[in-house]
Amino acid sequence: MTALILTALGTALVNNVVLSQFLGLCPFLGVSKKTNTAAGMGAAVIFVIMISSTVTYGIYYKILVPLDLEYLQTIVFILVIAALVQLVEMILKKYIPPLYKALGVYLPLITTNCAVLGVAISNIDNGYNFATSLASAFGTAFGFLIAIVILAGIREKSEGNDIPKPFRGTPMTLIASGLMAIAFTGFTGLI
Amino acid sequence: MNSCLKQLYNGIIKENPTFVLILGMCPTLAVTSSLFNGAGMGLSTMVVLVMSNMVISLLRKIIPNGVRVPAFIVIVASFVTILQFLLQAYMPALNDALGIYIPLIVVNCIILGRAESFASKNPVLPSIFDGLGMGLGFTLALSILGAFREIIGAGTILGINIPGWDGITIFVMAPGAFFVLAALVATQNYIRLSAGKKPRKTCADGCTGCSGCDTSINNENAKEEN
Repeated sequence: MTALILTALGTALVNNVVLSQFLGLCPFLGVSKKTNTAAGMGAAVIFVIMISSTVTYGIYYKILVPLDLEYLQTIVFILVIAALVQLVEMILKKYIPPLYKALGVYLPLITTNCAVLGVAISNIDNGYNFATSLASAFGTAFGFLIAIVILAGIREKSEGNDIPKPFRGTPMTLIASGLMAIAFTGFTGLI
Repeated sequence: MNSCLKQLYNGIIKENPTFVLILGMCPTLAVTSSLFNGAGMGLSTMVVLVMSNMVISLLRKIIPNGVRVPAFIVIVASFVTILQFLLQAYMPALNDALGIYIPLIVVNCIILGRAESFASKNPVLPSIFDGLGMGLGFTLALSILGAFREIIGAGTILGINIPGWDGITIFVMAPGAFFVLAALVATQNYIRLSAGKKPRKTCADGCTGCSGCDTSINNENAKEEN
């Protein structure tokens, strides 16, 4: 149990998915204007990453390995993730409308979020067992949520600031992310 | 032949995927800690881009419109898998340095973006040159960023020490990547502002899809924000 918690903490804080591995940068920069939309995106990412790593884990060890088809990993994973996101969207729309209303707009954006494919592949590459895979998937997604909410908070606060013109918008967001990345290196000694 | 040269120019200068379109940010920031890694990532992406553009252009009349994107993804993923095994066999050093970012070429917006906006509508030869131009533009951009970060951050170039300069380590670490890109976009904005144009709209200004500026998604988002 301790090992699982350590894995989750490590992927969430020490090797933060956005700030130290640069996965999922597009939604990180794109959907971080307001804290509540950022939190929605983060929640949707947690949801999709958990489901997709469960499914890709099952497919890899129950279908690809017995058939000696490990080399199809990349192709199968990306197709599974794309199909899964569609499926989740449809199921939510039909059966859990409030959740769909909260997460719906973010779901199509997640297919191209490299963090989802990245977690699925790195779980396999690291040879994690099922529980550890889930712990690292949750940690990664939670790290994404933390990072995007903090960035959204910073952007909300600094919106009215007098920033030199060329630095307004994207450059300032990137500098804020860089400073956050420096802050997150402080977690290095944690584990 | 002229139109092919125009495609090359277009990809390298006029619509440079990194500096102008600001696409494919994840590998751009992640692997540019040295010139070798940056150039290696750029060339790998170029190979996949040229091959996938060629095949998609050949199959553009056969692929039904409804399953267009999944078909493109399968084609791109096949070439990425081939590339991954070639690198593992012949360039293990590069393979280790790039690690997980090789399979992630599949979700690089540049490749799907070009498939969608160019290769699926144009004949084979221009598509190949479009892939070549965009790929070279990407390689050039990653090499410049990689060289810059290696010189400033590690005080070396291609692993050779620069005498009298120790480097500022933060620039080869993760935060440095953000700062270098911020400086780059700000410089571009400065040039555009002093030329009397508006600053460039990028990913962070509301376009959220990694596959470029997908209008339908943008509209939905706009509605959501209103």
